Amino acid sequence: MDEDAKLLQQLLKKQKEGRLKPSDRYKIPPQAMPQQDGTERRDNVNEVALGFTETQARLEAMRCLQCRNAPCMQGCPVRIRIGDFIEAIAKGRYADALGIIKENSLLPAVCGRVCPQEVQCQETCTVGKKFKDVSKAVSIGRLERFVADRAAGPDAVPKVAPETGKKVAVIGSGPGGIVAASDTRRAGHAVTVFEAFHKPGGVMVYGIPEFRLPKAIVQKEIDVLEKMGVKIVCNFVVGRTRTIAQLMTQDGFDAVYIGVGAGLPRFMGIGGEQFVGVYSANEYLTRANLMKAYKFGAGADTPIAKSKKVAVIGGGNVAMDSARTAVRLGAEEVYLVYRRSEAEMPARVEEVHHAKEEGVRFHILRNPKRILGNEDGYVTAIECLKYKLGEPDESGRCRPIPIEGSEFTIDVDTVIIAIGNGANPLIGQTTPGLELNKWGNIVVDDNCKTSLEGVYAGGDIVLGAATVILAMGQGRIAAAAINEYLAAKK
Amino acid sequence: MAHKIVSKKQLAENVFTAEIEAPLVSRSRKPGQFVIVGISGEYSERIPLTIAGADAEKGTIRLIWQRVGKSTAEMADMKVGDAFEIVTGPLGRPTHIEKFGTVVCVGGGIGVAPLLPIANGMARVGNRIISILGARTKELLILEEDFAGISDELIIVTDDGSYKRKALVTEPLKEVCVREPKPDLVVAIGPAIMMKFCCEVTRQYSVPTQVSLNTIMVDGTGMCGGCRVEVDGKAKFVCVDGPEFDGHKVNFDLMIKRLSAYKGQEQAAREAYKKHKCKIGLDG
Ligand SMILES: Cc1cc2nc3c(=O)[nH]c(=O)nc-3n(C[C@H](O)[C@H](O)[C@H](O)COP(=O)(O)OP(=O)(O)OC[C@H]3O[C@@H](n4cnc5c(N)ncnc54)[C@H](O)[C@@H]3O)c2cc1C
Ligand code: SF4
Ligand code: FES
Repeated sequence: MDEDAKLLQQLLKKQKEGRLKPSDRYKIPPQAMPQQDGTERRDNVNEVALGFTETQARLEAMRCLQCRNAPCMQGCPVRIRIGDFIEAIAKGRYADALGIIKENSLLPAVCGRVCPQEVQCQETCTVGKKFKDVSKAVSIGRLERFVADRAAGPDAVPKVAPETGKKVAVIGSGPGGIVAASDTRRAGHAVTVFEAFHKPGGVMVYGIPEFRLPKAIVQKEIDVLEKMGVKIVCNFVVGRTRTIAQLMTQDGFDAVYIGVGAGLPRFMGIGGEQFVGVYSANEYLTRANLMKAYKFGAGADTPIAKSKKVAVIGGGNVAMDSARTAVRLGAEEVYLVYRRSEAEMPARVEEVHHAKEEGVRFHILRNPKRILGNEDGYVTAIECLKYKLGEPDESGRCRPIPIEGSEFTIDVDTVIIAIGNGANPLIGQTTPGLELNKWGNIVVDDNCKTSLEGVYAGGDIVLGAATVILAMGQGRIAAAAINEYLAAKK
Repeated sequence: MAHKIVSKKQLAENVFTAEIEAPLVSRSRKPGQFVIVGISGEYSERIPLTIAGADAEKGTIRLIWQRVGKSTAEMADMKVGDAFEIVTGPLGRPTHIEKFGTVVCVGGGIGVAPLLPIANGMARVGNRIISILGARTKELLILEEDFAGISDELIIVTDDGSYKRKALVTEPLKEVCVREPKPDLVVAIGPAIMMKFCCEVTRQYSVPTQVSLNTIMVDGTGMCGGCRVEVDGKAKFVCVDGPEFDGHKVNFDLMIKRLSAYKGQEQAAREAYKKHKCKIGLDG
């Protein structure tokens, strides 16, 4: 028996005898996530974080104090009963643990991998507070992933109520759409999901790369939906193929959930953005992920730049994903250019860490002023300015201030712009009466209801660029409201 | 859903046309709009093609394409009964059809295909149609009959003089622009370089000119920005803001450079596809 297993046995024994004290729990070392070696993984697209072993998971679960006030739960956007599922893991009852999570979250295998836990449940965790270090909090996300991977049986198809004869259209198959479809189908409505792309899953398949979220996991959730009897129609652009009004008045849909995501990439508006080799992160990641451009010439038909030196602009998850994708596509140098400091980066801490391990070079407090190119229109370099931090702005983060005369250039052949997405105007333009705010996001009430009767919305198209869990949360709220609306509707 | 080819033929050396089952698209499409097609799901390239025509009753749309890269070559090898896995659309803003008066429709090469539904639409609301069609050589000229049927005047030119008049489309365009009264609108669709020079001609005579741009695309819904062009100094997305723009405001030089982004890689893929076909004995 190895050291960890011995430790676990001792702890379990102590617990059985009623002698396990918080001080014992504090002494359990935070379990390190097994991961693929940093150099090796530069050359493959396989998942980087490999997941806890069973012993690790139970040890990590033993670190949880079972706080009565459950601050972690307050930090969780969908209020998962965290203490309870962790206790079940500690006891080795994984199926129970999964059941507890599924009461509130439909996609634990996804959320366990991509939620920014360090600013949610783990930020408020008592253990982390005790050590004055969030990274020492109970690894709630990794535990969630562990049970999701381990306990998910093939027969985990939710029960569907008898057919109501009512029809629900879900537009967009991202996390919000998946949850809305599942919850409305469970209530017995006939549900159709319309997806513009040729593959369902939203950002989880075209944006977030394989090495962070294997596509098979998302596909499994889609399969569950289909087994429940949800119809999934791909290559269908609502607003173009059919409008919302047509769906409701001609095609017989009684309610609609709009979960079309953000998806209108922002550019910087600086000179040179039209040069060949300048990509939005969306385009770069879509080519690489969805279209599998990394297999160009070896099966896939979509090309992508063969880059040697790449600059990625931005500091969020999207920027990290782009930089790490560029590494895997064979770039020799990948620079990450961010105008604030590392502390302000919105990316998950783990991704920042992984990017560095993979050799991405960070240019912090720098921002491009223009992109330079040659006569043929190809990118050759970016000219940057150095920045310093000023007073906090409306977002609460320190305002970056350019330092005059600090220009310098970095030679690159590819620039990937990952500074966020605006709202895609297509649905707004083609749906008269749908209220939008000044940024083009759909306005909803507390029940995710829009200004139109029977039409609900959630996720990034409502919140601006947000997170998987927030989109899921809204999908669930909207589905509950739709179910209520349809029950009342004669 | 599989989109079957119900009829197919070769129009010119490297130009093909097919009628494809796409009931929803056939009903909602309007002139000027396009679809994105893909042969098979997972690994296929997504290719934007203008809808050259549609039969809502039969539930089919008509596509015309030129064999350039690997994917279009594969499409050229497809047969009646074969199916496309992806047909998404109709995408893009429809052409603004209105009675302008005299509309000059200028089409070059494969650009004649997307021009047809627009010319049709313009004719139907009572415009006088002057069509100018150009091709490199006689064999490459397409849709002459279709245009003859709707045009009040049809001018045909070839670069090499192998058929009708030997000229570039810009020559007759200029002659039409100096007539009194001036035409009210020019619609020019073709290779970027042709549209650029057409716009230079019409600018001199202040004739409003609409062009339809065929940039590289990925999603076709405004999500990636790969299709962006500079119009009036600002970035515009061809798939959602276009594909039609005021030609006098388009930065064609930048667009031409962007179009060449994957030339090398695409050439290589096409060569590899040809070789592969020879090996398995498809190429006769
Ligand atoms: C690269 C990247 C990395 C990210 N990393 C993280 C992370 O680590 N953690 C995290 O929590 N969040 C992350 N996010 C954010 C997260 O993915 C989104 O907040 C979330 O996916 C939004 O979900 P949604 O339900 O709004 O729909 P989306 O996932 O945005 O999906 C919308 C779907 O609707 C489809 N659609 C759009 N218009 C139409 C139409 N007219 N008709 C039919 N279908 C349409 C789209 O094709 C798409 O498939 C990341 C985002 C990106 C881009
Ligand atoms: S706050 Fe931390 S220690 Fe307390 S119950 Fe939640 S996970 Fe366990
Ligand atoms: S093709 Fe992606 S935005 Fe136009």
